[in-house]
Amino acid sequence: MSTTEREDRTGLVVRSDDDRYPVDNPGVEHEPPRYTDTDERAGNGAYRFVVTCFGLVPVFAIAFVVIYFAVPKNLFIDLGASHLMAQHVLLGLTLGMAILLVGVGAVQWARLLMSDEEMTEERHSAASSAETRAAAIDIVYQGLEESQLQRRKLIGRSLLGALGILVVPAVVTLADLGPWPTRSVRAQTIERTIWGPGVRLVNDITYKPIRAADLEIGQLVNAEPENLQELHGHEVLVEKAKAAIIVVRMDPNSIKIPESRSSWHVNGILCYSKICTHVGCPISLWEQQTHHLLCPCHQSTFDLGNSGVVVFGPAGRSLPQLPISTDEEGYLIATSDFPVPVGPSYFERDSRNDYEDGDN
Amino acid sequence: MAKPAPLSEQTTVPATPAERTPGPVLRRVAGPVTWADERVGAAGLGKFFLRKIFPDHWSFLLGEIALYSFIILLITGVYLTIWFKPSMAEVEYEGSYQLLRGLAMSEAYESTLHISFDIRGGLLMRQMHHWSAMLFVASMFAHMLRVFFTGAFRKPRELNWVIGVALLALGTIEGFAGYSLPDDLLSGTGLRFVDGLIRSIPVIGTWAEFFVFGGEFPGTLIISRLYMVHILLIPGLLLALIAAHMALLVYHKHTQYPGPGRTDQNVVGYPLFPVYMAKAGGFFFIVFGVTTLMGAFMQINPLWTYGPYNPAQVTAGSQPDWYMGWVEGAIRIMPGWESHWGSTTWSWNVVVPGVGLMGLLFTLLGVYPWIEAWLTGDKREHHVLERPRTNPTRTAFGVAGITAYIMLMLGGGNDIIATQFRMSLNNISLVLRVAVFVAPVLAFLITKRICIALTRVDQERLLHGSESGIINRSPAGGYSEDHLPISQGEAFTLTSHNEYPVLESEEISPRQAKARRFFYGDNMSKPTRAELEAAAHHADGHDGDHELGDGDHHAVTGSRQPELTGGKD
Ligand code: HEM
Ligand code: FES
Repeated sequence: MSTTEREDRTGLVVRSDDDRYPVDNPGVEHEPPRYTDTDERAGNGAYRFVVTCFGLVPVFAIAFVVIYFAVPKNLFIDLGASHLMAQHVLLGLTLGMAILLVGVGAVQWARLLMSDEEMTEERHSAASSAETRAAAIDIVYQGLEESQLQRRKLIGRSLLGALGILVVPAVVTLADLGPWPTRSVRAQTIERTIWGPGVRLVNDITYKPIRAADLEIGQLVNAEPENLQELHGHEVLVEKAKAAIIVVRMDPNSIKIPESRSSWHVNGILCYSKICTHVGCPISLWEQQTHHLLCPCHQSTFDLGNSGVVVFGPAGRSLPQLPISTDEEGYLIATSDFPVPVGPSYFERDSRNDYEDGDN
Repeated sequence: MAKPAPLSEQTTVPATPAERTPGPVLRRVAGPVTWADERVGAAGLGKFFLRKIFPDHWSFLLGEIALYSFIILLITGVYLTIWFKPSMAEVEYEGSYQLLRGLAMSEAYESTLHISFDIRGGLLMRQMHHWSAMLFVASMFAHMLRVFFTGAFRKPRELNWVIGVALLALGTIEGFAGYSLPDDLLSGTGLRFVDGLIRSIPVIGTWAEFFVFGGEFPGTLIISRLYMVHILLIPGLLLALIAAHMALLVYHKHTQYPGPGRTDQNVVGYPLFPVYMAKAGGFFFIVFGVTTLMGAFMQINPLWTYGPYNPAQVTAGSQPDWYMGWVEGAIRIMPGWESHWGSTTWSWNVVVPGVGLMGLLFTLLGVYPWIEAWLTGDKREHHVLERPRTNPTRTAFGVAGITAYIMLMLGGGNDIIATQFRMSLNNISLVLRVAVFVAPVLAFLITKRICIALTRVDQERLLHGSESGIINRSPAGGYSEDHLPISQGEAFTLTSHNEYPVLESEEISPRQAKARRFFYGDNMSKPTRAELEAAAHHADGHDGDHELGDGDHHAVTGSRQPELTGGKD
């Protein structure tokens, strides 16, 4: 048996036990010499290769500069399917080759020409030795003694308290990161849209009002409130993110309209929020036959023929419906804001009034 | 490793005596170096670092790729900051991309278009930046898997593992923040998603949302805030953590794979100067060069085709960058559970897969070294890596984790799978809801069996040698195969892993005993010296004949008990 005992750095006796190594360590195997070590011509070939790599770098670097100034940015290379911006591609090609060749040259130099003798280095345990530990502890005690921290205890404690309290102003300053979503702030922001009684529904691209008579059965129109045009700058995006709607016309006989919503539609024209109740993507895929509306983000599917209930997917709530009517000219108008907040759920949301399958 | 080999006779290259006549470069730097030595002790540093030994293995390059792509990100990122404007103020596009002329958009999007079309080399920088971000996260993942499956996270490297997990988490967030900056339709949709995610957090969600966005979504602040996060806060943290990661690496010295001459007391490899400077330095330029060529030829995030952000529009098939794919998948296959208690709403459908799952993954990863140490009771230091098969339960855990990850990734692409393979989207989601729990369990069981089978193959080679392919027919008509002895080097490699202690011991509680039985109760224990000698003897006597049988199974309940403590108490 070859159990050996030796002392490690800490003075502890380490038994390198036989069971760990049932086979004697043969020591590092030396690689046979490489072709470039034994064959003079191969060695010279490797040498030439490395120097050529490095030597080509300036060529590509200069080509880069020439292309930068000489190739106009509106020149295109047509390769059948792809239409490449000549300047971009040539700059990338020359720069890439210049950088790559530095690397290839250096790695081949190391692999083929540098000594490939493996070496061994001693390794030590990560922990410090017992003496070092003892010495460190002594130093700590001595320092504590010299600072009088142990005798005059309040210094240390009050210092800790002082440092701790400094976090408070730092954190409090963050209270102005944004407005506080208190009940009244919520009511003015995420719980309200710019829809209201009499606001016309307009096409979301042309901003033309939508006439009830122009919609055919099965048709879907993306719409916005007419008063969106009165807003400016970032307000447009904020309000659009809540007010976007879809208007669909379905055959009134093929859909379910609950008692409580009988006055919310115009001859089978229904209007729903376009903002998914899951995490807020704009919903866009409409299946005429089934009256299902699919969200492209996570595939929540809502049944527009049944007050917008969820029929599949991760959304947890029905799509809010906007009550609509027509004005005297026959254009579609909202009769109020959405009765419930639109968009994804949040903690303070009172979801007791949302429509659930089977409600009336 | 599997060479049936008589050892090649030792060949030493004759050492040519070093030339001591300094060349022109050395002569020129001698002055500055002396200057530096007199101020910062450069010679001492050089003596310590220049001949440090690093072991060689392709899998050690994965961490290097992560490091290099981080440097490339810093370089290309600085270029982009020269022209990018992190502002949501509305402007009208007047640049040279015809199709968007005259459109209202944010300054952020406009300046990104400007970089892409009006700055020479700008598109190249953008695409290099995005490709190196992909490479950064991907190589961190791969590096982590290497560290996991070889047990490189064991004592004394647990801290470096935790730093690594933090790097991975921060890298993911950094990537997401960068992806959101251009304010195009796709990234805006991504931000909308994050808004929904933050909102869904119980109790504080709405407050967090208002604080992050400076009010209602999208507001005017989020891009400039994300910009600060993307170019200052997270890169700073990454830089500090990478420095700590490297410092610990130098302190611990790199781990090495088992092999002849390699033990827990040494490190075998090549010196930093000159071999690793050329190899690692050269490899940096290779990664950089390849990233540049990818930036030149492979289009990524062509955001001019998406248009500016518009909360009422969405591009079909919008997908996040791949590393968020698993979260996306979890969100997609989650059932729509939401509780309405009193006047409050609890969106489990969003918070569980979105916020909870990420927290769970990174927590589990972070604490894994301690879980395993508790399961095995192993407190020893380890510097020789394990081959994945010699630790079947850990390897099985890893494969189970990868399987769950893949199931979630499939969920993230369920629409693509449905359209490509003409399957029902709903059915894919329903199947995945089950598969995400069942598939990892199956993967665990199968992997564990495969590992154990592989250790038996090793056992066969150790005890009976390698198959020679020569079949003998005896006068009586029986057939047998000749076996050749394997080299001592290979035998040492196959037997140099640590074993765990016997299961029956009075010192541990029944619960611990159970944990240990679960973790390594099924492991094959390696043959003892006596058994190896007996086998060799047997081979001599019987001309290497061998019939397969399972007489070589050694239960771990044997009486051998290796030393378990690290020797420092
Ligand atoms: C910015 C990201 C990262 C960089 C730049 C990086 C870089 C490196 C490098 C160059 C090495 C030495 C070579 C090697 O083993 O590959 C290393 C070692 C190590 N890394 Fe990372 N790494 C990163 C992320 C991670 C992650 C995500 C983990 C695990 C969760 C991790 C855990 C480790 C550990 C435990 C070691 C020591 C392993 C050994 O010595 O074999 N690192 N890292
Ligand atoms: S946002 Fe519509 S399903 Fe997720």
